[in-house]
Parts: sequence; structure tokens; C-alpha cells
Amino acid sequence: MDNVSSKNNNFNPTAVKDELLKIYPVKVLRKRSKSIVINDNEATPEIQANVRTIPGIISQRGCSYAGCKGVVLGPTRDIVNLTHGPIGCGFYSWLTRRNQTRPPTDSSENYMPYCFSTDMQENEIVFGGEKKLRMAIQEAYDLFHPKAIGIFSTCPVGLIGDDVHAVAREMSATLGINIFGFSCEGYKGVSQSAGHHIANNQLFKHVIGKNDQKHEGKFKINLLGEYNIGGDAFVIEELLKRCGITLVTTFSGNSTYDQFANSHMADLNAVMCHRSINYVADMIEKKFGIPWIKVNFIGAAATAKALRKIAAYFGDAELINRVEHVIADELEAVRLAQEDVRTRCAGKRAMLFVGGSRAHHYQELFKEIGMEVVAAGYEFGHRDDYEGRAVLPTIKVDADSRNIEELDVEADPLRYEPRRTVEQIETLTNSGMEFKDYDGLMNDMAEGSLVIDDISHSEMEQLIDIYKPSVFCAGIKEKYAVQKMGVPCKQLHSYDYGGPYAGFEGAINYYREIDRIVNSRVWALIKAPWQKYPELQACYTTA
Amino acid sequence: MLLRHTPEKITDRNSLTINPAKTCQPIGAMYAALGIHGCLPHSHGSQGCCAYHRSTLTRHYKEPVMAATSAFTEGSAVFGGQANLIEAFQNIFKIYNPDIIAVHTTCLSETIGDDVGQIVRAAHDDGKIPTGKHVIHCNTPSYVGSHVTGFSNMVKGMVNYFAESSGRRNGRINIIPGWVEPSDMREIRRLVKEMGINPIIFPDTSGVLDAPQTGKHIFYPKGGTTVSDLKNTGDSRFTIALGEVASKAAGEALTAKCQVPCHTLDLPIGLEATDRFIDMISKLACVEVPGSINEERGQLVDVITDMQQYLYGKKVALFGDPDQLISLTEFLISIDMRPTHIVTGTPYKGFEERIRSITKDVVPDINIKNGQCADMFLLHQWIKNDPVDLLIGNTYGKYIARDEDIPLIRFGFPIMDRIGHTYFPSVGYKGALRLLEKILSAFMDRQDRDSKEESFELVM
Repeated sequence: MDNVSSKNNNFNPTAVKDELLKIYPVKVLRKRSKSIVINDNEATPEIQANVRTIPGIISQRGCSYAGCKGVVLGPTRDIVNLTHGPIGCGFYSWLTRRNQTRPPTDSSENYMPYCFSTDMQENEIVFGGEKKLRMAIQEAYDLFHPKAIGIFSTCPVGLIGDDVHAVAREMSATLGINIFGFSCEGYKGVSQSAGHHIANNQLFKHVIGKNDQKHEGKFKINLLGEYNIGGDAFVIEELLKRCGITLVTTFSGNSTYDQFANSHMADLNAVMCHRSINYVADMIEKKFGIPWIKVNFIGAAATAKALRKIAAYFGDAELINRVEHVIADELEAVRLAQEDVRTRCAGKRAMLFVGGSRAHHYQELFKEIGMEVVAAGYEFGHRDDYEGRAVLPTIKVDADSRNIEELDVEADPLRYEPRRTVEQIETLTNSGMEFKDYDGLMNDMAEGSLVIDDISHSEMEQLIDIYKPSVFCAGIKEKYAVQKMGVPCKQLHSYDYGGPYAGFEGAINYYREIDRIVNSRVWALIKAPWQKYPELQACYTTA
Repeated sequence: MLLRHTPEKITDRNSLTINPAKTCQPIGAMYAALGIHGCLPHSHGSQGCCAYHRSTLTRHYKEPVMAATSAFTEGSAVFGGQANLIEAFQNIFKIYNPDIIAVHTTCLSETIGDDVGQIVRAAHDDGKIPTGKHVIHCNTPSYVGSHVTGFSNMVKGMVNYFAESSGRRNGRINIIPGWVEPSDMREIRRLVKEMGINPIIFPDTSGVLDAPQTGKHIFYPKGGTTVSDLKNTGDSRFTIALGEVASKAAGEALTAKCQVPCHTLDLPIGLEATDRFIDMISKLACVEVPGSINEERGQLVDVITDMQQYLYGKKVALFGDPDQLISLTEFLISIDMRPTHIVTGTPYKGFEERIRSITKDVVPDINIKNGQCADMFLLHQWIKNDPVDLLIGNTYGKYIARDEDIPLIRFGFPIMDRIGHTYFPSVGYKGALRLLEKILSAFMDRQDRDSKEESFELVM
């Protein structure tokens, strides 16, 4: 491995790539080779992403159901989320994504601590499960009288042909509440990403636009792709409030059914996790005329930038002024924390292999404390998440993506109302505002860093072996394997039960968290004193 | 209130499960397979199952849980998963180099009807499985049984594939420990060795899911039952299968295949179940129970006699897996407590009868539900109607515990918010002592917390 790294830590990425690949059988090597690229800031290389996981490869990925039920609908407190299938899927997605929420009163609806399942048995697999589903919906209704019920299909449901949508329509008519189904069987698509798309489509078809109630606020936005892990949404909500910005809906952190139904009444969609939700942003724009911009509330500088971007969109002097005040209020504490943490963290290396935007967003936080991200990649990203949205037209649609419904959206004949005129959009664009755009991960990574899509376990271990990073960011499945290698692992799905990390307050939390992690004493204690000096010294006894 | 929508009034449910007291078969098969040395569990279905199972096992054991998947897409769901599985074998042996791949099915591969046994045979015949390497399998449709059944099926798969009889007895005894913690498997081995016997314990996750921090990730840690021991099980003198649900099937399969007699006992949780375990080994193996074990037993009984006033008549609600609940209920009765409400989602016909026979003199009106819709929602409703002093069950019990202000002792699977379960046994006399300590601490902490200042006592 001598050519992989030299003593002064100048890594040779081409040699590293070869090293990662050489264990593979030829067919696998050929495929993985296209998903491992060396970043080139002059000419963004093409990466292979959103393609099938190779059978037998230990991957970080989950399934469509997890993306639909777990990620997108999970954080919504007042929808009864009913899993139609054997018990496992419902069980595993029960509270494990840390979906925090704040019901306004002690008696307000909150079904998040509950797991609802039809617990399908062999009998239903053979004779069909629609009858049981119908009865389960009735029983849920009788017990809770929720305003909406979502039904989530698991693998066998699709195979035996249960029509969850028909059952939903029928029961909706009988009970007079909104009931909708999701065909998010685990085998759909190639990762969680398919599930996000399916979730968004159904929310768009069945919920968004159902409530035309007007809001008082002058500056009304929706926040898209923020899932309130570790209380992130609470921080952002507070920040927006202080700036005088009205948050109509968050998709879907700390959210409610009525907020979704009302989201078309906002004047701007601000998109956090582009990957999971760009579909909704596009569809709302087409149907209701609300423009969208990409924002990021992870990192202090990014947060300031996001707030300024929103203010610039509305172009109101008072708002711009208030935003500047809030930023100024916060930045001093941020600066002090950065200076302090930098003294212990600067120059250290991090790797991020997680999610479909966190591996990008969290790089800001590392940069702010002087750490270098040497390798990163997404678990369920698409090419545009790496290369930027400009590559969208060149992405080949394969069979797995074609199986996910694309909605044909048209302007709503009554409610389509462009929030900005063509001229206004042009003026804003000329002044630097980017609408419907997103820079990919590669744009923000250093020349020669490694970008790897759907990293496998063996690639991960070798990367750690070669680069010896100070921290590796991944999920629970990777955590303890990484740590057994003597490298701390920070979970960026669950935040290791820490957080919030969004906004200014969150950034400070994160700096301190990374400081603690990379400087913890325990990593130096792994070897016992007698294991550090293998050569035995002669000892003399008087016996 | 976290579970604010749970009404006191109990209504019949036949189709809707709310807050299940079980999960699906494949995760049990994956756990059991981790108890074979050098084994990579393989989930034959879509990749989400494997991800969910690895995540849940990882959260419980706080250790790397390695497993591969056939990664079905829509195409494989339609055309069958044979190509994926064969491709997986080739990739796994080349990249991860296990001695064994243990395949279990999922609801997806079961529903489309993949015949894994046939695929494995074909892979063998086509030379897709390297010489000296093994592939075993079991069927674990998620719509049958529960995680415990899945565990049982994989252990049976080990017998089906490996057990051999050479015609000569090897003088060893087999112990099928059931779904317990690595610490429990370690403790069972210690107890049996204390009696002068070298057992074959299978599966054995000790050393695998409680591996030390060394600065190196050992893909196949040194623990786990070896293939040669799994083969030798066919020559052992007898088998002790601990737990009807988790272990009996494998024990009986071994009897049928290699004529090794099998004795099914309760999991040795608590005083009396441990007594029966020790007594049976002593009798069948013709060994005397050593003084050291009598001493351990005596210490346990001593603590029970000393602390009896704190235990007497205390009401307990329990949920979890049948084998564990049966022994635990018996232990609670033996220390004069009153198990009042019990649910297990795992279907097991003999469950209610066993629990009733254990509790009949003390709690004749006990609430028991097992199988369909036997869930924590119902357990919570029972508690609302008839409150208890203590709740015993997995991590998910913490919501009920907080709402109803009842101490919770974490026991069973999964425990995702505490540590200790993988390191400190709850089987044997030492395990019973630990359970007792936890119960007493819970009550005494409660007494301290709730007492008036004037009756806040230094000594208890």
C-alpha cells in the first residue's frame, strides 16, 4: 500500500481507488469503479449513482418503505400511519428516527409514539389482506377518530395485489376522513430515495392544497426537506419567528396534516434536503406558482446565507434589516465557539457517508472548525446531488426509476398565482438569487478528494485504514465497526441522540460535539501499556 | 402524556395491532446465525429488511452486525431471486470470505416462492460455493410466527445442514440456549463447565456480540459455535433445549437425524428454572453438583429471604418473548410478587396454560394475551384499569412507564437505551441475583423518591 499514501499524508487518490476496487470480482469492479470518482474542480466528473445495489455487497442502504413511511411521513404527528404488512416493517420504523414533535396542548393529537400494523398472517398472504386492512382502518377510526390515515404497503402487499388505494378510497367515503395509500413496497426503486418520491407524490395528490385558509404574516414560506432530527426544526422555527418570517408548513419535521393541506398558501418554498423533496417543490411551483430556492440551515455561515436569501427574495427593507440583526446577534457566540474548538480540531480529517444531503450540508460545519473532509458520498443520492442540478437533462432514466410514478402536474385553474412576475424573477436572478437550483456535493469538495456513491462496507474499512480519519460520519449499522477500528463514528441520521445541529445554536452544539469526539481520551487507551511495546524486556528474579 | 390516545376502556380488536410485542422472523434468524463462528448471515429479499435487522440488532448489542442481502428490485420480485442469490454467493465469498453463509428468507422471497434449498444445491453443483465453504438456509416468512420463531428456524437449519453421527458418542452434551444475550450464553457455559462438562452450545453469540475494543475490526470475531462442533452435535450424549419456542424444534430435529435424546427445559431464569437445569444435567450426566454452585444458589436464596418484605405482593406487568416470560413469571411468583398482566405477540399455543399453571394459586385472575393483537396497547389498557408496581419488558415499555409513573426494568429484546444486558447475565443463580437487585433497586429508589422528608430513611 506504499503508493497509496506517503509519510506526509499526501494521498494519491487514484491509487486509493485502485486499492478499494482490487478485492472485487471483475463484474463488481467494473460497476463500483463508476461510483468512485476523484473530485476535479475544473471539470466535474460524472458519477454513477441511484443504481441497483449489488447482491451480496454490504451496503448502507435501506428500502423504499423506510424512505416513505419512516422519513417523510414519520414526523407528522396527527396522521395515523398504518403499515399494511407483516409486523416487522412497522416495528422497525417505530420511533427509531427520533421524530420529535411539539403538540400545542397536552390533549392535541400525537400518534408518533404509536405503531399501527395489520400484522399480516399467512392466511392474508394467501387469500388477500384487503379485508383485514379495511377492518384495521375501521378499528383505528373507532379508537382515535383521526383526521387522516396513511396506509403503507410492504413487499408482500404489492406481490399479492392488495389494492391499498381502492381500500383507502372506499374507507374514506365510509368514514368521511382523508385516507390515502402509498405503494412504497420495499423492492421499489434502488434505495430509500424511491420512497421519498412516492411519499411526495401522494402528499401532493391527496393533501397539499386541501385547505385554503389565509395566513396573517407578510413573509410566508414553507420549509421543505427538514425532518426535525434532534430538534433541528425547533431551532429553525424559532429563528424564522425572530426574523418575522411566517412558517406555513415544514415538510415534514414537527408537522401536521393541516399544515400540509395549507402549504400552497405560502409565497416561497425553501428546500433543505434537495434529494428527498425536490419533487414537491417542483410540483407546487407548477400547480400553484410558488418559486423555490435551495437553502441550508446546517452551519453558521450557511444559516446566515439562507436567511439573507429568503429576505432578499421578499426584498423588504425591514425584513432584511431584522434578519441582519438576528444574524449579528448570533454570530459573536458562534465566532467564540469556533475559535475555541478550532484550536483542538483544525487540520483533522473527516469522512461523511450518509443520507442524500447530509454528507453535503455537514461539510460546512467541519470547515468552520478547520477540519478537512477527505472523502464523502451519499447512501441514496442521485447524480444531481453530486454534480448539481444542471445535469438533470443528461440523467438516463432506468427501469427502476421508471417504476416510480411521475405526476403530470398542471397549473391549478383557480389557484395558480405566480408569486413573482417574470421580471421580478429576472431581477432577482441577476442579483445572484438562484431559483430551482442546487450545487452538487462535488462543487464544495476539495480537488482530489474521493466521492463515493453507495459506499460498501469493504470500501469503508479500507478508506479508514488508509486515511485514518479523526472522525467518520455514518449511521448505526456502520458505527461500531468504525469504532472497533479505533476511529470515532458520528451518526448523522440519528445524531447519536444529540442535537440540535441546525441554525447558529446547532452549529455551536456540533462544534463542541466534534471537539469531544475527536479529542476523547478513550481512543488513546485502546492499547494496554504492555501492548504498546511488543518487545519483551529481560527481567531478573531472585527466585 | 406520550400515549395520550390510549383509552381506559378496552374494546375488541381483530385486525389492528398497535404497539406490537413482537417483531418478524428474519431478525431472529440473523441473530442466531451470528452465533456460528465465521458466519455471514444473508437476507434473501429486498435490502431494507437487512438494513432494518442490522440496525435493530446493532442498537441492542452496540456491536458491529455484519450481514448481506440479495438486494431485490422490482425485477427480482417478478422473476425470482435465484440470480441475485447466486451472484451474492460469489461476491460474498470473494469479498468477505466467510466460512459459512447462513441464508434466511423474507416475506418477499417467500411470497414469490423462491426455493432457497434448491438454489443452494444448484450453487453447490455449479461450483459456485468454494471447497471447504458452506451455505445453510432456513425459511423465515415474516407473516408466520415472530422473531423467536425465526431464531428457532435458523438453529434448526444448523442441525439440518451440519449435525452428523459418526456412530460413536463423543461424551459431550449439547445445549441450545434459546434467544438470550451473549452474557447468558457465557454464563450457561460457565455453569456447565463448573460441573465438569464441556458442552457444545449452539448458537453461541458470546465473543461475537460482546467483542473487545482492540483498535481492529475483526469481521468474524473469535466467538461463535464452530462448524466442527456443529457437526459433533450429532455424537453428543444428549441435548438440553432451553425454551420450548426457541429451542425445541432444533433439539427434536437432532433427535430425528442423529438419535441424540433431547430434553426441553424452561430457560434457566430465576431460582426454580435454574434448579431444574442444574438438576437435569447432574442426573443425565451423572455428575455431582459442585459446592461452588450450591454456594451461588445459597447466596441467591439468602438475598430473597433478607429482602422479602420489599417484594411481597408487588404487582408486575410483563411483555416479551414466551420462553423468557414463562421463567420470569415463575421467578416472580417464587419471590412472592404478583404477575398481573402479561402479553406476548409471539404465537405459542401452550403459553396461556403454562402461565396459568404457574400463577393459579397467587393470581387466579391474571390477564394473559398471546398471538394476534396481543400488543402493548392492550397491556397499557390493562394497566390503566388495574395499576401495577413494576413493568418488565424491552425498551418500548418506557412510554407506558413514563405515562403511568411505573418503574421499568428492561428485559428482553430489543433494549436500545441501556447497556449491561449483553455483559451481565440474567440466567442462572447469578443472573437471578442480578434481576433481584434490579427489582429491589427499582422499588427502593421509588420509596426514596416518594417518601415524605420525615420518613426519608438512611437505612432500608
